[in-house]
Amino acid sequence: MTEVVLEVRDLTVEFRSGGAWHAAVRGVDLAIARNETLAIVGESGSGKSVTALAVMGLVPPHNGRIAPGSSIRLEDRELVGLSERSMDKVRGDRVAMIFQEPMTALNPTMTVGEQVAESVRAHRGLAPAAAWKEAERVLDLVKVPSARRRMTDYPHQFSGGMRQRVMIAMALACQPEVLLADEPTTALDVTIQAQVLSLIEDLKREYGLGVLFITHNLGVVALIADRVAVMYAGEIVETARAEDLFHEPRHPYTEALLSSMPRVDRDIGELQPIQGNVPSIRDIGPGCAFAPRCALAQERCRSERPSLAATADGRALRCWVRGSLP
Amino acid sequence: MGEFLLRRVALAVPTLLLAMTAVFVLARVVPGDPALVILGDQASLEALAALRERLGLDRPILQQYLDFLLGILRGDLGRSLVTGKSVWAEVLAVIPYTIELTLAAIVIGVVLGVPLGVYAAVHRNALPDTLTRLFSLAGLSFPAFVSAILLLLAFAIELRWFPVISAPKVDDPLDRLRHLALPAFNIGLIMTAYVTRVTRSSMLNVLGEDYVRTARAKGIGMRAVLWRHALRNALIPVATVVGLYLGTLIGNSVLTEIVFNRPGLGKLILGALNQRDYTLLQGLMVFFAGFIVLANAATDIAYGIIDPRVRYK
Repeated sequence: MTEVVLEVRDLTVEFRSGGAWHAAVRGVDLAIARNETLAIVGESGSGKSVTALAVMGLVPPHNGRIAPGSSIRLEDRELVGLSERSMDKVRGDRVAMIFQEPMTALNPTMTVGEQVAESVRAHRGLAPAAAWKEAERVLDLVKVPSARRRMTDYPHQFSGGMRQRVMIAMALACQPEVLLADEPTTALDVTIQAQVLSLIEDLKREYGLGVLFITHNLGVVALIADRVAVMYAGEIVETARAEDLFHEPRHPYTEALLSSMPRVDRDIGELQPIQGNVPSIRDIGPGCAFAPRCALAQERCRSERPSLAATADGRALRCWVRGSLP
Repeated sequence: MGEFLLRRVALAVPTLLLAMTAVFVLARVVPGDPALVILGDQASLEALAALRERLGLDRPILQQYLDFLLGILRGDLGRSLVTGKSVWAEVLAVIPYTIELTLAAIVIGVVLGVPLGVYAAVHRNALPDTLTRLFSLAGLSFPAFVSAILLLLAFAIELRWFPVISAPKVDDPLDRLRHLALPAFNIGLIMTAYVTRVTRSSMLNVLGEDYVRTARAKGIGMRAVLWRHALRNALIPVATVVGLYLGTLIGNSVLTEIVFNRPGLGKLILGALNQRDYTLLQGLMVFFAGFIVLANAATDIAYGIIDPRVRYK
């Protein structure tokens, strides 16, 4: 693999609920290289967003924590355990994040220009006027039409797609190495989705960004991902190059996800929804977390937890049944 | 913003008209003949008729209503029956005291209440938060006249830091401040209690918003997140409380002005009640109604300044 910019090792994030700590993310390993898009796919509650928030150092401190032994390295710098103040120098500058809801993720009482300019001001130490000019340049870059005029407008005067462009401008204002995108297109119309995706793709190529793209939409994955990590109940169950994953899903859960996805070349009647729900983080048994919903589950799957094992062809799989395959 | 201002002020006109009509009707439906009430039941019929004529009560009701409205339009609120001075003159003589008391109370309430509320919200459920909540509950539970007496006992009688009776020398600003301090704190601390509570709960709401997380993700520092991003959005309910408080000001300032023996609108209204100064009362009601309508308009305009979405609707 080429130059890795973000490397997550054995990340465990726990939340307190009813007096006890429960892991919402368990032992996640990830690596993102420059100019690469890694997609994390999974259902709601699988721990995708929590993983991204942990990288940003935004796990809510009053009821959440990153467990000891976890490591998040940005190039050669360890982020776990950094003080709030040191973390503020990293986030928004070297790692940036865009969120799902462009309607609520922008401050309604500040102009768009101020919101983009303030991160430049904070991280580049630019004077207000210079920061304002820089914000204009970035808004131009993300193709907000007549950016100069629109900078004094407020978020509610923008459409959903334009707001997401503003979010992207805010994130990229300081030219970070890594962009975390948490379902950035889910709330948008399909046509606008495509525009925003291709914008992210263009910017990735232009700046050599490492992109962590969180989504539950496999169609989006097919469009933009170089590699895919499938998450289930807080764990990664399979990683593979995107085309390999679509071509030959190995984990029963990945397989089930793919057959539950509508496709133009198949009849809607052939869709197979996955039975049951993602288990709550409070009642995951000793075995494989997917076992209760898995058609292939055997005795061992229920009693013993499989680990994520690398395969010879550069993929990784967490499954007792399929793990023995090449 | 200009158009928004115009629209909001225009909206105040019908409200004002309604309030004036209410004052007019109220004064007429109160049982008993005003002339009889003023002069007492020993008065001669001639005297009663003369007074009715002076008050315009002998004219048809619609005529009275029109005269009343036209009078207000000309800025004529009538004359006091007791002193013979115009209501405006009576109001103008004391209003600087009330304005200075109100402004001081609001400044104390906002300057103390907003930071306390923010602090409590950031440290929610920790000790400082509990203390702040306890303090604000105490502030809300104390009637203004009780706290006024306690303040007087402690700071004027025991410690002798401040005068017991407020009769400031008008042209000595320091002396005025000294006389203002206790009454202003009396109302200001109640105001602080309100503002603290509202700021705390509204900050708690805002801190859970997505845009606060976005702001944190920008790495601009917690201080900027709190004061630049969160507080402004949290201020709308605070503006509402301050605006509403202007309305309850009459009650609180009456009590405070009596306990501290301070001149002001409160004492003026009390005097009018005691002396059955019917025309002064009606004039004061018009004045207060107008004041409250304007205070509400000012509150709405404050919303517009805080939240751009209000402006463009």
